[in-house]
Amino acid sequence: MSFRVTVEKRLGEAEIAVSFRSDAGLTALFGPSGSGKTSILNMIAGLLTPDRGRIAVGGELLFGDGVDRPPEDRHAGYVFQDGRLFPHLKVRANLLYGARRGPGRLGLDEVVELLGLRSLLDRWPRTLSGGEAQRVAIGRALLSAPHFLLLDEPLASLDRARADEIMTMIERVRDELGLPILYVSHNRAEVDRLAARVVEISR
Amino acid sequence: MTLSPDDWEVIRLSLKVALVGVFLTLPVAFALAFILARWRFPGRIVLDALVHLPLVLPPVVTGWVLLILFGRTGPIGFWLDRFFGVTLMFRWTGAALAAAVMALPLMVRAMRLSIEAVDPRLEGAARTLGAGRWRTFATIVLPLSLPGVWAGLVLGFARSIGEFGATISFVSNIPGQTRTLPIAIYTALQLPDGEAHVARLAGVSVALSLGALVASEWLVRRQSGRAHVL
Repeated sequence: MSFRVTVEKRLGEAEIAVSFRSDAGLTALFGPSGSGKTSILNMIAGLLTPDRGRIAVGGELLFGDGVDRPPEDRHAGYVFQDGRLFPHLKVRANLLYGARRGPGRLGLDEVVELLGLRSLLDRWPRTLSGGEAQRVAIGRALLSAPHFLLLDEPLASLDRARADEIMTMIERVRDELGLPILYVSHNRAEVDRLAARVVEISR
Repeated sequence: MTLSPDDWEVIRLSLKVALVGVFLTLPVAFALAFILARWRFPGRIVLDALVHLPLVLPPVVTGWVLLILFGRTGPIGFWLDRFFGVTLMFRWTGAALAAAVMALPLMVRAMRLSIEAVDPRLEGAARTLGAGRWRTFATIVLPLSLPGVWAGLVLGFARSIGEFGATISFVSNIPGQTRTLPIAIYTALQLPDGEAHVARLAGVSVALSLGALVASEWLVRRQSGRAHVL
């Protein structure tokens, strides 16, 4: 029931055509850079409109058959590769930006605990290290009461120790929250460690 | 150096004209800046050119166009007078309109730059977090483009307080209604032994402009702590 995705999209010269279904807790989209993995996430999140196709996540139809829900109604917890924290808001306000969507499974305290964010709450995003920013981005997504998570290379900008730490957190989220997770990566080791099901994308 | 009651009247009027002009232009300028920065539509270049027209036309010509449009028999002035009983001719409101039109291009330019600098990907992030278009605009685009809004306000104010050509050809030189600082200086220059008077008014003019500049520096500095550094 997790992901039912069939999309086609032409972006300039590139043509993305992918179809997969997965019932695993964590599904990995694996492939080289430039193969359109991020575009697929954007289509699932509603930031990019497919030329045609059908997208359903957790039994909810998001796109296709005349349906095209706007991003704010898709309840995606999207963690972008570059974090995309709001530079004019402190960490606490960033974390709570999506929290008014209603009570999620986690409250601020639990997320802060889970991701070790206590000491960061009053900092500005620009003062955070790459790993700290990525943890805040994950926390912000979790607090928006998501129905599923989209993680776009969340470890790409991190050193090994940090990456390991974040991976452990992702495993906890996967096992403790039971949210369908779609995880984009071009790193075989990450994918083998985290994913129960791997979708390979080729160029 | 003492200022006469008439001088104070001129200063009060100039501030009123410039402030009303600039604050009335603010929402229009921001909307135009946003449209020019973000929307792609046929006729965008025409709109861009129209907005910039007061910047490149001789101000006297701009004033003359206003006179044609807003004069008592003009296509806009006629209806304003007939249905709202509003006349801009020879009134301070006309001077404010002239100031607003002259300030518009500068304000749009400053705001547009700052809206273009807002990363659209941040808006995408806000949307996935449950914010609709309007909340995304109000909580992301607007606060992140505030430095440009401040800059536009100050530039517009400085331009308005110095406005001469469009004002004098649109609403003439009426003491207490349309005789703003530059026009008062011009009038004093026409009189024999008006030198000292000119010097006093010029001093006030310099002080006001410098004051606006300092205020803008202060605002931008206060803002830049958080707003435009990523």
